[in-house]
Amino acid sequence: MPMKNNFLIRAWRGLRRLSGDDAYERYLAHHAEHHPDEPLLSREEFFKQWQNSKWQGVKRCC
Amino acid sequence: MKNLLGKLVWVIVAVAGAAAVGGIAINRGESINALWFITAAVCVYAIAYRFYAAWIAAKVLVIDETRATPAERFDNGRDFVPTNKWIVFGHHFAAIAGPGPLVGPTLAAQFGYLPGTLWILIGGVLGGCVQDMVTLFFSMRRDGRSLGQMARDELGPIGGVAAMVGTLAIMIILIAVLGLVVVNAMKHSPWATSTVAATIPIAMIVGFYMRSIRPGRVLEGSALGVILLLLAVAGGGWVDHHPALRAIFDHEGLALAWCVIIYGFAAAILPVWLLLAPRDYLSTFMKLGTVILLAIAIAVMQPQVKMPALTQFIDGTGPIFGGSLFPFVFITIACGAISGFHALIASGTTPKLLASERHIRMVGYGGMALESFVAIMALVAATVLDPGVYFAINSPAGIVGAEAAQAVATISAWGFPVTVEQMETLARQMGEATLFARTGGAPSLAVGMASIFGSAFGNGLLALWYHFAIMFEAVFILTTLDAGTRVGRFMLQDMLGNIFPKLGRTSWTPSVILTSAIIVGLWGYFLYIGVIDPNGGVNLLWPLFGISNQLLAAIALCVATGILIKSGKLKHIWITGLPLVWLIVVTTTASWQKIFSDDVRVGFLAAAQDKAAKLAAGTLSPGDVEVAKQLIFNLHLDAALTAFFVLTLWIIVFDMLRVSARHLAGKPVLPLTESPYIPSKLAGI
Repeated sequence: MPMKNNFLIRAWRGLRRLSGDDAYERYLAHHAEHHPDEPLLSREEFFKQWQNSKWQGVKRCC
Repeated sequence: MKNLLGKLVWVIVAVAGAAAVGGIAINRGESINALWFITAAVCVYAIAYRFYAAWIAAKVLVIDETRATPAERFDNGRDFVPTNKWIVFGHHFAAIAGPGPLVGPTLAAQFGYLPGTLWILIGGVLGGCVQDMVTLFFSMRRDGRSLGQMARDELGPIGGVAAMVGTLAIMIILIAVLGLVVVNAMKHSPWATSTVAATIPIAMIVGFYMRSIRPGRVLEGSALGVILLLLAVAGGGWVDHHPALRAIFDHEGLALAWCVIIYGFAAAILPVWLLLAPRDYLSTFMKLGTVILLAIAIAVMQPQVKMPALTQFIDGTGPIFGGSLFPFVFITIACGAISGFHALIASGTTPKLLASERHIRMVGYGGMALESFVAIMALVAATVLDPGVYFAINSPAGIVGAEAAQAVATISAWGFPVTVEQMETLARQMGEATLFARTGGAPSLAVGMASIFGSAFGNGLLALWYHFAIMFEAVFILTTLDAGTRVGRFMLQDMLGNIFPKLGRTSWTPSVILTSAIIVGLWGYFLYIGVIDPNGGVNLLWPLFGISNQLLAAIALCVATGILIKSGKLKHIWITGLPLVWLIVVTTTASWQKIFSDDVRVGFLAAAQDKAAKLAAGTLSPGDVEVAKQLIFNLHLDAALTAFFVLTLWIIVFDMLRVSARHLAGKPVLPLTESPYIPSKLAGI
């Protein structure tokens, strides 16, 4: 069973990563590592910024 | 021993691939199992990926794993992030895979299944995959710069301007033709129209959910949205059976075109979180889910492809679009074989995520191979239909006649037997009033998909499957429409900003409204002329789209070829040079024919003259006179646009040749702009 669980957990992580579901958690980690002294955005504020920046430029194709 | 076993496996793959391609090519029987197509495709992609792509990566591009990528050097936790290669692959594939590879192969099936299949396979592995991979590589070596910037840096200002203009032009035509596909799918279909309409409030609900109710919970919101979308498909059936509601959603093409135009404008000025972003989540999930489902259904059901290998329409008399096999099959199928638009993605988000140069092959080459595979599946879904049914759905009324009896008589006389009863039964099964003259690819693909899904998962739900397929296509066509309008707006604001700095501010409301209105007006006009065209606007707009998409591909290949020459890799330039020469030949021939051909269904000018002659003869009714005047103007406009595309192509080709010749003659040219080598500290991500 551990093999299977491992696979499911990895697939779930991949899905969260691909969809951006874990974007805030990654931001927290990045923030803690690189700029711990700067003010931290709340989940809501972060999501607003993330979504806006994501849609600047060519993101979808024909 | 292991080495030997590996070699043996590849020999088996090669033999299986060759047998499948050969089987497809020489089959002249009544029908052929779809599994042949899947086998041929998988083997061709596997061999090309294992040998050709690996060779390009090692010997031509000279991938260096020890070199730090932009993602590592500029890691900012946002756009530059070193990312696992499977995740980058997923992002890249979701970005490049749009409705194009579903529509093009469906239309090109009028030539028979063989030309489209061969072009998708060969064009894919030698053209499209190479273009995506080298563009991704060159952008990654240049800090993730865009195609337009690379064209300017490496070739000069002419290349830069051509790339910018090409991008904007393709965006306009692309949106117009996709809008037309949606309109033709919704015309007089209350079920389809109400389902597609419901996707707008559903996207907004999801947007609110992710913004305010549970901020940032993307997966929860998407799951909610997918459930609502499935309910909307079922709810459409209920609307369809309700006399009063039915009338609300039953419209002519022109009225629907106006709805799409108004929707496009609203989507462009509304904040992204409300409509665009949530709709994109839904369409991405729908797209991936449906593609996987289709692959499973084809593998399980192994449907028979009933279309002949070649039809008589290779001579140019095809009902769906006029023009002979060469060059038009290569124009009709752009996405799936080679799509210039991908170069924008490959020089956009993707290069900023790569953790190692080694991932280039899988993401760039592999991503396109998978999209090409989607095109093969679309071709299968269209060709499993009885050819008579396929032509009845796709032939415009202007060609086969508006009456059902007349249409089936014409189509049967071509040698593709079909009856009125057969079409009526099919329409009833699919929950539609009629399936005649639903040009555009979406309805015939939906019928094909519904019959494959139906036989795999139960035939009782055909109408649901049909409208599910229509909804799925419409959702991501509308996403491309939203995203494209927005990109067009940014580009226009950027250009206007050089003249009036205030208009360049992307968040200044008057500028947003003005530039959005201009972009929507431009594609809206082409959508409008497509809808009023009596021969079905697809005949008019799809070739323009193919030509403009390949113009962009040619620009990307010019930039890549120029860089290869400047990097002293002259002996390897054929990897990009060969597809480039082919695209130049194909687009120039097609453009020439679209402008100057004497055939009124091919040449824009001939068609305009024909209309003018009818107008002068005074045989038209008063209503038709107005339409004819408009059509004459539009045909001239299309001719001018085609000329402009081909001129832009030649300008950039000559610019590349000029720079290359100067370099080879030892004269000074713009230096290579590759970023200096910095050793990577990441290992094994």
